[in-house]
Amino acid sequence: MMSNKLKVSPPVVTDGSAAQLRGGRRGLRLPWYGFSFSMPILIWQLVFFVFPLAFLVAISFWVVRNFRMVPAFEWLNWNYMLSRGFFWDAYAHTLAMAAGAAVLISVVALPCAYTIAFKFRESVKQLIVLLLITPFFTSYLVRTYSWQVFLSDNGILNAALGQFGLEPLAMLNTAFATYVGYFTLCLPLVVLLQLFSLMYIDRSLIEAAHNLGCGRMRTVFLVVVPSARIGIVVAALFCFILTFGDFVSPLYLGGGQPPTLSTLITDTTKSGQQWPRAAVIATMMIVTLLITAFAAVRFAYRRRA
Amino acid sequence: MKKSIDLSRRTFIKTSSILAGTAALSSFLPMRSFAAAEKELVILAWAGHAEPDIVADFERQYGVKVRAKYYTGGDNMLGLISQSPPGTFDLILSDAEYVQQLNAAEYIERLDPADYPFDDFYPEFQHFPGHWKGDELYSVLIRFGFLGIAYNTLLVPETKVRSYSAFWDESLKGKVGHFDWHLPNLGQISLANGNTRPYDIDASHWQSVKQKMMTLRPQIGGFFDYGGTFSSLKNGQIHAMCGIGDWITGVLQRSGAPLKTVVPEEGGLQWTESYCIAKNAHSPELAKKFIQYITSPEGQVKSAKMAAYPALIPNKRGWELLNKTDPAEAKRQGMVLGQHNVMDDIRAGRIKYRELPVQQSLEDWNDFWSEYKGA
Repeated sequence: MMSNKLKVSPPVVTDGSAAQLRGGRRGLRLPWYGFSFSMPILIWQLVFFVFPLAFLVAISFWVVRNFRMVPAFEWLNWNYMLSRGFFWDAYAHTLAMAAGAAVLISVVALPCAYTIAFKFRESVKQLIVLLLITPFFTSYLVRTYSWQVFLSDNGILNAALGQFGLEPLAMLNTAFATYVGYFTLCLPLVVLLQLFSLMYIDRSLIEAAHNLGCGRMRTVFLVVVPSARIGIVVAALFCFILTFGDFVSPLYLGGGQPPTLSTLITDTTKSGQQWPRAAVIATMMIVTLLITAFAAVRFAYRRRA
Repeated sequence: MKKSIDLSRRTFIKTSSILAGTAALSSFLPMRSFAAAEKELVILAWAGHAEPDIVADFERQYGVKVRAKYYTGGDNMLGLISQSPPGTFDLILSDAEYVQQLNAAEYIERLDPADYPFDDFYPEFQHFPGHWKGDELYSVLIRFGFLGIAYNTLLVPETKVRSYSAFWDESLKGKVGHFDWHLPNLGQISLANGNTRPYDIDASHWQSVKQKMMTLRPQIGGFFDYGGTFSSLKNGQIHAMCGIGDWITGVLQRSGAPLKTVVPEEGGLQWTESYCIAKNAHSPELAKKFIQYITSPEGQVKSAKMAAYPALIPNKRGWELLNKTDPAEAKRQGMVLGQHNVMDDIRAGRIKYRELPVQQSLEDWNDFWSEYKGA
């Protein structure tokens, strides 16, 4: 009888009433001990993300008088920037370059990550992961500058082409060079993210596909890629975020033409000390990234039909 | 004796709160107040002006420390001053076009002309426009330079760069670069359009400058910041550059690169740098002594040969000392006495002051520059 009662008894309620029973103290008890351990990251986010973001949006409504920012609530900067053709040109260019980079780098990275995940033994896999991390040991700016030595008219690549009797190619200060910079920045990261996703795919799914007569390519596209979808989408998202805001490659490899939104921010602050207008551009960038990130995450985690 | 660490909830929260509070508040402490007045000089300047090659002798002579905050343009300088508490800076280095704005915003002190060696200056620099308000002095010129056509002497023949039309030469397609600042570039194109006062142009002339500039766009290989300008000229990617002068090519030339700046027949632009003493300066006497030091013949030679970027100097006695101690540098910069030199170019009216736009707003020029870059 007793055991029957235990089986059907409802779960224990762990709200404030338990505390009242134990210590007789009224009111809600917060898990302060656990909360205090998570405080550093909360404080960090508040101080270095939420507060600056709020401040950024706030100063986009300020005005500049005699090179001095004056707190105000005016839509002047928004009206000004959003009505400028050069802003939308830069926006479209930045968006296209970042979207192109996300697709291209993901496409190049996937076969690489697939090979590492499925074709190499564990020890080789570990070595490759280590090698993929090593590019991050040096500064991105230094790596970008070093590409100039390879890509310039008198650089190493054109010297190599000259050995085969080929004319020098104009590579530096072009969109091609900007993409070289984007690959330098993102490829190792995208390969790593895709790799970690592919490594944890349930192998029995692949075996089942083979047993059911599915060919290699069909297995990749119908089983492997959908199974690793979250990792692949998140990797592409990271690539988009990093390239959308990148200032270094478009300037030092692309020659700053046409300007990206990051370049436009520096131009805006350099002339007339127009930080509020730069804040409008930055806010537009953040909104774009938030929308893209939201859409990408929704796509990555959507249920299969 | 209790040896173990007692990480109780209360201890943890208390300790972390103290640490977080200390860290947060430390950034608001007025660091400047620790330095005794007249023992430390804080300069707001372009990069290079407070490096050992310039300030080491001053520090030794007066037993003081010179610190600097470097900026990257006049607008940036004004922004830094407006966002800093009074007394943050003692000395402010400014380009001539910004001195009036510093004065209008009451950021700088009036100076006594008797404190400075104006009698040793060439007459052209004794009453420099913008530095004086009537008979009241607010800034002392320390150096200047010209902006013209910077070019690679191995890749472009000197005969070609006698006119700004060189920028449109078919052989330089994709090989012309811009220093990424609208003021010198548009000023040079205004000169190329025949405007005798390149920054004081009416609406029709402004329209014509914009049209002319747009025709140059297909020739352009890139827009470069300070570092990018150096590397693109040095690696031979850019053969000719608009908007710069010897302040960049001189540095590269000293390291053996085949680069040079010439003033074309349509004329060149003149940039200047001068020192102002900040209002509420912590060390005003030391600031005055530093201006006296840098405008002395010895200081002027240091300034002419400054490691970060060389420049011409306004002090005749400085010229004499430079000719005596480093005739090669005097010759390279065109400051040789007794023969054709840069003062002749100024007197011939070939050099115009770089200014802020007079009849248009700075915004108009900047907006056009953004359109041009995106074209």
